[in-house]
Amino acid sequence: MEILLVITMGCLYAAGVYLILKRSMVRLLLGIVLLGNGTNILIFLLGNITKGEPPVISSGLDTLGEVYADPIPQALILTAIVISFGLTSFAIVLLKRVYAMINTDDLDNLNTPEEEDI
Amino acid sequence: MINHIVIMPVIVHLFTALVLLAFWQKTDVQRTLSVAGNFIGLGLSLKLFWGVLDGPILTLNAANWESPFGIVFVADQMSTTFVLLTAIVSLAVSIFSATGVSRARILYGYFPIFHFLIMGLNGAFLTGDIFNLYVWFEVIIIASFVLLTIGGRKSQLEGAVKYMTLNILASTFFLTGIAILYGIAGSLNMADLSQKIGLVENRSIVNMTAMFFVIGFGIKSALFPLYFWLPSSYHTPPSAVAAIFGGLLTKVGIYGFLRVFTLIFIPDESIRFLLMGMGIFTILTGSFGAVIKNNLRRIFSYLIVCHLGFVIGGLALFTQLAFTGLVFYLIHDIIIKSNLFLIAGLIRSLRGTMSLEKLGGIYDQYPKISIMIGVVLFSLAGIPPLSGFWPKIYLFDAGFQNSNYLYIGGLIIGSFITLFLMSKIWSEAFWKKPISEDLIVDRFGVSSWQKQTLLVLPIGLLTLTTLFIGFNAEFIIQIADKIAGEMADTTPYVEAVLGN
Repeated sequence: MEILLVITMGCLYAAGVYLILKRSMVRLLLGIVLLGNGTNILIFLLGNITKGEPPVISSGLDTLGEVYADPIPQALILTAIVISFGLTSFAIVLLKRVYAMINTDDLDNLNTPEEEDI
Repeated sequence: MINHIVIMPVIVHLFTALVLLAFWQKTDVQRTLSVAGNFIGLGLSLKLFWGVLDGPILTLNAANWESPFGIVFVADQMSTTFVLLTAIVSLAVSIFSATGVSRARILYGYFPIFHFLIMGLNGAFLTGDIFNLYVWFEVIIIASFVLLTIGGRKSQLEGAVKYMTLNILASTFFLTGIAILYGIAGSLNMADLSQKIGLVENRSIVNMTAMFFVIGFGIKSALFPLYFWLPSSYHTPPSAVAAIFGGLLTKVGIYGFLRVFTLIFIPDESIRFLLMGMGIFTILTGSFGAVIKNNLRRIFSYLIVCHLGFVIGGLALFTQLAFTGLVFYLIHDIIIKSNLFLIAGLIRSLRGTMSLEKLGGIYDQYPKISIMIGVVLFSLAGIPPLSGFWPKIYLFDAGFQNSNYLYIGGLIIGSFITLFLMSKIWSEAFWKKPISEDLIVDRFGVSSWQKQTLLVLPIGLLTLTTLFIGFNAEFIIQIADKIAGEMADTTPYVEAVLGN
């Protein structure tokens, strides 16, 4: 299970970096989303992926056993997902506005020269 | 321990923002309420500041969860100083915004978002939990995205795309760092981490984790080679927004550096070498970039980058003397950089342009305002006895004690170029005869005296603060020295949080 998640994470990071290096705005956006998801899987991996060991103290014991699924990373991922949802929706609206204004998808056209400053 | 005052600077801005949302269409009410909220925030920040100056470090365990299990808010001298500076700057900017930001922008929710941003800043300075710090960073960036794009001019949107991409990327790096940190140390509480990270045997994985924080914070605080988003976005929003960005947003990244690299990762030789290299190149590229620019706000944007190099170089020296210098420098820098962008806004309303070529003759027309602006420009350059001079003595001294002559060379070049630029701005914008009188669009002279006061008052307020820092340097040095002591020896911080 862990090796599968590691491979998935690597693919997400690689694809994310590749897409961010492109000049198209849509690919940039997809790249950011993929990188964020790669990070989420990384956090998930660090929380001891074990089957059938919930973090519940069994009756008669005072502390948890040696191996248990750590609930904190899951809470962290949940927070990170909610945040990245907000950021992504803002990014989509922003890129749509930019596209409507300059009529191209190419990031290289995003340079108003200094002479046009006020 | 429950000290509710610790969280009050956050709560008051949250509350103000929520109340402002109820007055969406009533711009006059929004202006008044925002200034009032900032006054309350300033009062509470002062109370917190004095409380910590005379007393112990205050902590607040959220929902009364014992640390290190719950989220803890910590008010030590460094946090409270930053919170106080934020309160001063946000009060000035909020007064300036009353006339400096157009009605259309206010109708799209400028003031509520502004208060959410200040809330995020205060939260980031006060939290003692690394994941909570990440959450506050996200609150800050989402609010800053809106402030940067509000109004929707073409240049604004272009700047916002770069700003957004790199800031989201920085957050991803920061989050990755936190994830690995949790994996190797099993805690998120910064005081707890400072104890646990020292026990980790595998130092290379600790250093690798530190690299994620260097990149994450490095993008946010615009250091070489990660600063390119800053000069291409900070000249686009309204001047009031640029002032809050220029004064405070990059400083949150610096705060992250100061906190994480004194409390959690004690930098070893290689990381200090890296930070020093970043610092020196930040000074050089920032100052050279500023020289070739011809627009006031573009020059100031590059100067932000340049002067952050002083601070990071000081952190890389890692002695208590250097800490004193860099903290003093930050106190001076936060006030003055916000003031510079407000001044750029004022100059634009005096002349209708911010391009040095088209400016001119301001001194003849407005001598009093010009002298006030002159004081600010020469404080930045560090003419004694103004405020930029004192911290540099400390940084030079710390550089000589470590025999780090490259850093001293960087300081000299950075300071000299700043002085050159300030003289250039002074002679071009204030002394030179304007190219042609017809090009001048003076909106300031024809507006009512109330509007004139609202534009000049915040700049006067920040200038007075700068003068206070310069002429009361002894008091500021005492504070900086106390903060430097906290950075050099983190035991009181750890004990205050963990309570043992």
